[in-house]
Order: sequence, then structure tokens, then C-alpha cells
Amino acid sequence: MTDGTTVTEPAREGGPVRVPEAELAVRTRGLTKRFKHQIAVNGIDLQVPVGSVFGFLGPNGSGKTTTIRMLLGLIQPTAGSHELLGRPVPEHALPLVGSLVEGPAFHPYLSGRANLARLDAADRYSDPATMRTRVDAALDRVGLLPAAGKRYRAYSLGMRQRLAIAAPLLMPRRLLILDEPTNGLDPQGTREVRHLIASLSDTGATVLVSSHLLSEVEQICTHVGVMNAGTLVTQGTVAEVRVGGTQRARVQTPDPAGAARVLTELGLTEVQQQDAAALGTVGDVAVEKVVPALVHAAIPVLGFTIERPSLEDLFVALTGEGFDVNG
Amino acid sequence: MSTVELPAGGAAPIGLRRPRPVSSRFLRSELRLIFGRRRNIAGLAVLALVPIIIAVAVKVSAPRPGDGPDFFASITGNGLFVPLAALTVEITLFLPLAIAVIAGDSIAGEANLGTLRYLLTVPVNRTRLLAVKYAAITIFAVAATMLITVVGLVIGVALFHGGSMTLLSGNQIGFGGGLLRVLGATVYLAVQLAALGAIGLFLSSLTEQPIAAMAGLVVMTVVMYILDSIPQLGWLGPWLLTHRFTAFGDLLRSPVAWDTLRQGVICAASYALIFWLASWARFAGKDITS
Repeated sequence: MTDGTTVTEPAREGGPVRVPEAELAVRTRGLTKRFKHQIAVNGIDLQVPVGSVFGFLGPNGSGKTTTIRMLLGLIQPTAGSHELLGRPVPEHALPLVGSLVEGPAFHPYLSGRANLARLDAADRYSDPATMRTRVDAALDRVGLLPAAGKRYRAYSLGMRQRLAIAAPLLMPRRLLILDEPTNGLDPQGTREVRHLIASLSDTGATVLVSSHLLSEVEQICTHVGVMNAGTLVTQGTVAEVRVGGTQRARVQTPDPAGAARVLTELGLTEVQQQDAAALGTVGDVAVEKVVPALVHAAIPVLGFTIERPSLEDLFVALTGEGFDVNG
Repeated sequence: MSTVELPAGGAAPIGLRRPRPVSSRFLRSELRLIFGRRRNIAGLAVLALVPIIIAVAVKVSAPRPGDGPDFFASITGNGLFVPLAALTVEITLFLPLAIAVIAGDSIAGEANLGTLRYLLTVPVNRTRLLAVKYAAITIFAVAATMLITVVGLVIGVALFHGGSMTLLSGNQIGFGGGLLRVLGATVYLAVQLAALGAIGLFLSSLTEQPIAAMAGLVVMTVVMYILDSIPQLGWLGPWLLTHRFTAFGDLLRSPVAWDTLRQGVICAASYALIFWLASWARFAGKDITS
């Protein structure tokens, strides 16, 4: 079977994807996991739109992997429910879901090819007649074909990671759940994985990709969700999430004091003056009113910009910085 | 080009090949894994070596009637007794050990490597996984006992003559009849070992350490042998799986003493059923965090 999936959306390039709200590839309702003394995931309502590349972010130990394990049916939620590809019984959707969970794991004394063949043999939906071709195509896609006959134990960390990415590519998928796919890869490999995710997304598949490194997924994501200490602190399109952060208006002017006064009058908060600029937090004030008000007050305006926090800044603001491990 | 689309609530996702209700692909893959692994091949080689050692040892030494197990004394009379002697020797430790290695590996081995999570997300239904794993253990039990028997038969008939067989009860039967009884004894032991394998499967579903499951099964086997040998615990004996391991000797009587054999098979089947269900109860809802 070829990868001839119907593509309803030109999913990438140019901002958020317009998808009807009902079409969620992943939807969780109050999903909760409590291990003996600790809540690993605390009532999250994750919504991953069909066709999106969803960056599932959060520091180590924030509950990303536990959530992914629950989505895949590996662990039972303590409370809450979830749907995959619109199916209330998520197990029914699993044949269309490819996954990479917490790093590669294969039989060390089997070759890469034999390891994939074993996974394929376990799949009741796969066609044994095309197995060989599909295995080699998947290996080729991650650049492992030259090492296909080598034992897994002889693989480098990067090769192992590639093999783990090849496994979900054995069959056509509607949803890919990739947990830290760039772990252990060099910058070159990381770029390749990004390209791969983009090309998977182009075939119409939804990709949920988790990472603790924002920079690795920032460029390819249409949506993001940020986990911190078991809670989903924000989710939405990249633009939405950034809007959610505080916007600062910056007025470049030779009269910072006058500009600052106008900004304060308009209702902007945390107004600051600098050498040749005035800044204020926009809040609920309509941005388009700022410049006319300045002009009206005869303040010379040399430049006006709305500064949105970078995703990185937001990420740090939401999850904290440093080496604290939650849990 | 086929499209992969999801119906609102159907059973099988349209666009994917409809799965065959029964397929031996996964089981064959499992068997390749077991019989392709060097450690297991080495283990089987050791099992096969025992009948050779016995046959050669008996051949080069003068027969001392009354020594050792019954079958040893009879070997010089008929090569058919070589596999029986080998099975008698190996059932005490080697065969249970071999089953323990395979059964211990079954779930815990996959959990230890982390491959369990990838099998389950393929997806492989957990009940199906346990069924395939147990089928593979059973096939290994048959293969291990058959290997000993076949090697024993070949070396036995080569070093001693075949021909008609003098049974333990003194009667004589033809070579064909004798062969049939030897094969029957082999199958009986395979059934016993498969029951032991069910205990191993259960232990393997409890842990992520294959060695722990393996050691656990060996210890359980030895404990059963010990309990069975304490006269004061005679009432317990019939309930122990190991109690009727050596009952295959009853096949070598005329007429065959079916009673103990029948009890042995029923006991083994009960053990297999109970421990397979215990594995299922344990594994079906278990959180896989490996």
C-alpha cells in the first residue's frame, strides 16, 4: 500500500492551519495519571488538530512522556479519557498511529532490517507480500539502508534513533506521535528529522512531536502545547500562543517623556522611557489607536513596533529556567 | 493508490488491509527470535549432548546391573533406552532450566529491552501477545524434548542394536511399538514442561528482569522437588507439578499404567491454564513503563 493519503490542507508554510474544530487528531478530557504519591499528569485537555504539526513542549519530567504513554494505551489513566483520530476507543485508531516512545528499543543481536521485519510481522494489518519493500523504503527514508544488515548493537546512538523513526514509517499513518525524535542526533540528523516531519505532514498526517528543546521544533510546528509540572499551561497555534504572552509597544521618538505620557493616558501599563523610545505593555488597549493618539498629541513618531515575546521567552516564562527537575 | 480514511465508528479502519483473523506471522517471528539466538542454540546443544555422553559412557564401560536409573541398565539391551535415560537425567535440571530461560525472557526480556512498548503500540493486543508468547514456549518445550529423543535414538541405535524391546515389566514388544512408546514419553514430558512454562510466563509478566523470572522458575521447580521428597508432606505431593514428571516410565510397562499418566496430564493442563490466566490477569491492565 502506498502512502496515498488524502490531503485536505496544504498543512505547512505560512502560519496556522484552518481546521474545523471537530477535527481533532488527539483530544483528551481531564486526562490524569497519578503514580503512588505523585500526580504525573494533572487533568489535561489536549487538542491536536488534524493536519497540524503539534509541538508538545515541556522540561524533562513535566509529564510529556506519561501523556504519550496514555495516548498509546501503554498506561491506564487514573482519570479522564482521550480520543485518537476521532475514535472514542483509542485502541481502534492505533493501526493508523505510528509512534516513537522514549527513545529507541530493539533486539540488539538482530539487524536493523530484521528488527523492522519483526515489528511488521506483529502487525495484523500489514501485508507480508510487501514487507521487504516497505522495510527497505522505511530504512531508506531515514538514511539507514546502507547499514540495514548490521546488528543493532553495532549501531551508533544516532543510527538507533533513526531506526526508531523508521519503525512507524512501515505503514501509512494518519497520526505520528514522536517523543523526542531528535534525541542523540547531531545537528545534521536533527535537520533531517525536521525535513522528515515536514514531509510526513505534507502527506496529510498529523504529527505530535514532543521535545524539551523548543529550538528543535519551533521552525516546523503549526501548533504548540506547553507542559509544566503535569499541567498543560498553554496550547494553540504558534501565533495564538505568542499573543497570549504580553505584548509591548515600542515608540521610537525624540520625545520619550511626551510619548510615555500619551501611552499612560491611553491605558498602557509598565510604561518605561529610554533614550529615544518609550515602551508600554499593551494589555487591552487597541494597538491601532496608539499611533493616532501620539500624532494627535504632536509627538514625533520615528517608529512604532509591537514586540511579541519569542516562543523561547514564553517557554521560559511558562516552565521556568534552569535545572530544576519537577518531581 | 488507496486512501486512508477513518469511518465515524466502524471496526476496522478503511484503507488499511483487513487483518486476517488468524495469522502465524507473529508466532513465526517469535520462533525465529528464540531459535535464532546463539545463547538458545548453545543451550539446545547442551541438551543434545547428554544422550550422546550417556550412550558413549555406557558403551565404553562394563554394564553394572542395578546401578543408576532403570533405563541405564536396559540401554545395552536396546538403543531405544538411550533417549529415555537422557530424558530422565535432564528432567531434573537441564530441561526445567531451558524452559526457565525461554519463559523468563518472554515478557520480561521484551520489557527489559524496551521492545515491549513498541510491540504493544504496533498494536499487538495484550491477550494475543500472551497467547503467542505461550505458544512459542510450548513449541520450544516440544522441540527441546524431541531433540533429546531424536539424538538419543540415533546414537542409541547406532551404538547398540535396535530390534525388539524388553519392557520394564519384562514383556517384549517390537521396535515399532517401542519407538511409539518412546515418542509418547517425549510428548508427555513436553506437556509437563509446557505447564512449567506457564508458571514462567506468569513470573515473566511480574518483572522487567528476565534473569529474575528465570531464577524464580528454577527455584520454584527445585522447591517443588524438595517438598515432594519430604515424607511428612506426602499429602502435598499429588498437587505438585513435578510429582509426575518421571511418570513417563509407565509407558514402558505392559499394559501401560495409564492412571498416573492421565493424572499427570490433567495436573499439567490445570497448571498451564491457571498460570496463563494469572499472567493475563496481571498483564492485561498493567502499566507499561519500561
